[in-house]
Amino acid sequence: MRPLATLFSTHLLAVYPESHNEIQSFYMKLPWKHAIVLGASSGIGKALAEELLASGVKVALLARRTDAMEAMAKSAPSDNAKVYGHDVRKYEGIPALFQQITKDLGGLDLVIYASGSMPSVDEHEYDFSKDREMLETNLLGGVAWLDEAAKRFEQTKMGTIIGISSVAGERGRRGSPAYCTSKAALTTFLESLRNRLRRYGVKVVTIKPGFVDTEMTTGKPGLFWLISAKEASHRILSAARSGANTAYVPGRWRYVMFVIKIIPSFVFRHLPI
Amino acid sequence: MSRLLANDRIERIKGWGGAVASVGYVWRPSTIDQLLEVFKLARESGRHVTVRGAGRSYGDASIGSENIILDMTRMNRILEWDPTTGIVRCEAGATIEQLWKYCISDGWWPPVVSGTMFPTLGGVVGMNIHGKNNFKVGPFGEHVLAFDIMLPNGEIRTVTRENDPELFYAAVGGFGMLGVFTSITLQMKKVYSGVLEVESIVAKDLHELFEVYFQRIPESDYLVGWIDAFAKGKKLGRSQIHKANYLKPGEDPNPAQSLRVENQELPNNILGFFPKSVVWLFLRPFMNQLGMRFVNWAKYLSSRIAPEGKKFKQSHAGFAFLLDYVPDWKKSYGPGGLIQYQSFIPKETAEAVFRKQLEMSQASGNVPLLAVFKRHRPDKFLMSHAVDGFSLALDYKVTESNRESIWNLAHAMNEVVLSAGGRFYFAKDATLTPDAFRRFLGDETIDKFLKLKHRYDPEHLLETDLSKRLLGSDPQSFTNRTPSKLNENAESTTS
Repeated sequence: MRPLATLFSTHLLAVYPESHNEIQSFYMKLPWKHAIVLGASSGIGKALAEELLASGVKVALLARRTDAMEAMAKSAPSDNAKVYGHDVRKYEGIPALFQQITKDLGGLDLVIYASGSMPSVDEHEYDFSKDREMLETNLLGGVAWLDEAAKRFEQTKMGTIIGISSVAGERGRRGSPAYCTSKAALTTFLESLRNRLRRYGVKVVTIKPGFVDTEMTTGKPGLFWLISAKEASHRILSAARSGANTAYVPGRWRYVMFVIKIIPSFVFRHLPI
Repeated sequence: MSRLLANDRIERIKGWGGAVASVGYVWRPSTIDQLLEVFKLARESGRHVTVRGAGRSYGDASIGSENIILDMTRMNRILEWDPTTGIVRCEAGATIEQLWKYCISDGWWPPVVSGTMFPTLGGVVGMNIHGKNNFKVGPFGEHVLAFDIMLPNGEIRTVTRENDPELFYAAVGGFGMLGVFTSITLQMKKVYSGVLEVESIVAKDLHELFEVYFQRIPESDYLVGWIDAFAKGKKLGRSQIHKANYLKPGEDPNPAQSLRVENQELPNNILGFFPKSVVWLFLRPFMNQLGMRFVNWAKYLSSRIAPEGKKFKQSHAGFAFLLDYVPDWKKSYGPGGLIQYQSFIPKETAEAVFRKQLEMSQASGNVPLLAVFKRHRPDKFLMSHAVDGFSLALDYKVTESNRESIWNLAHAMNEVVLSAGGRFYFAKDATLTPDAFRRFLGDETIDKFLKLKHRYDPEHLLETDLSKRLLGSDPQSFTNRTPSKLNENAESTTS
């Protein structure tokens, strides 16, 4: 039994216990057995895959770069990790690969879309090839994969989908228009999926991380409240387990984004955010 | 790239008890050609085939994760019936219900039936089920005259115990590992009335239960005991026994009436009031340790106050299919479902073993909500579960929080069963380990079975979650496995 206070906080306020130990003691065991993690070679995806493997979940690891995943697979217990080199922009191959993976895993109850791309874009740059890469990786790949997952979960009437979106999707900021757009669209897509699938007992969880210390953010200016990928992964899995629909990681971003969202557009455009 | 399967075939299928489930691609053929297609598809997509009938096995015997599920329920015709000899030939998807309803007006009843009428005959033969008359007539397989079996290579063979005893005695009870039954020829049992003479007997404790059994067995056609598993100490094993006998020719003044199907049907209302389709809802609040303690107590008490030795008449269906009185009763167990732990113990040690099992359950806090006791006799089938002794079937309610402790309890009880020379039953099993599987059947039997498996299914196409759990999943190592390797593997899986 979790203490009542935790239930209250996770559902209503999405404030999570601050230290790792605290979190671990609340959520000892994960409810999933077979998972697909997209974007498992680095960052949040990698941390999620590691945590799932450490708790005995069988995980399919997908990303373009396989080196890091192979290393992870070697240290994983009893053949629990399966590695697939895959570019999420190769949409045509996804249905066949999805079916292959479910067969290799011997089941499926969790799909995490953590693939993401955020090349640095300066304030005067309008580079379609970069923008396209972000939209394809952050959004279209997610749509292609989660469509497959949703189709299966609707029929099996179970399963969890976790989409790693971002606080960046809450407003169109000056920084990187295509990145904000891709995450805003992903957030909306996940909400639609949730509304479609709830009646079948399928959970869809939208994760909105703030700044997480990963390759993506290394060297970027203006970072604060930076948390490790490991901590982010803890909080993400805890939120998904406790039945949250949307979780900010860490939770205090909810209040920040609440304020940012209510700033009127004519004011927002003058702010150096 | 292997052939892609249609996504809309995906279904999540539960074992009947609802405590285990997995996702598969379901095909429901209606002809032999479609059946062949399914095997072709399995080869092209690199998947295994799980044969499934009505899905009434409690555990994982008819489910197969990510496999092609071959659901046989549409191949359910009764092909030939001879009311003078009582020999019937049915497709494997025909159910016990179809069978008895079809034959009873001619004065024939299935020689062996389960506590429910919904299993298919393919499943019944694949599991070699027993009834409340096992001590007298043996398992279902002893009444099968012949069967047609489709081997995974597509060949259909007609097998009798004379023309191929090896395959006959292995495929009956071979839990769908050697081929797919396409038809079953069965010898029915002649009856001279639609009713049985039933007597209810009370036993104050476990010892008395055994005494009653030993005393009453010679004069009984059916004998089944229900135990109040909540009773402790001196009252441990207090129980109610139902004994039933066929009527002799002439005893029923009007057999044509009592043999009519509508005079066999189970009542539509329970206690004359509750429509039976919703009774499970009313049972739900009782399906916990406290509620069932009360229900068991009340049931025992009511049998105590009933006059001793009073006999009454009950229809065949009414006596045989107790589990069907409340449709969907398993739903009253809640979303976690139930498992049944049934072990078969030689008569010399059975009392001690069952006493121990009841005590272990009580000590662990997981008291079985239903406990059923039967007498058995050994048979010649290769993968037989029967012994010259007794069985106790224990129904445990499974929830998210007690799941682990129930599995641990089952594993602990396995040791008690194995050290007493006991056996297990694949139609019920959900918890057996490869090690216990090997120990109860013995290396020789398992090697024999595996040799037949290699011969008839060299590609290892037929697989279920049960077979994966007990035999391992890798077809290659399965094919190359020598007896000594098998032992190593079994040990390493459980350690």
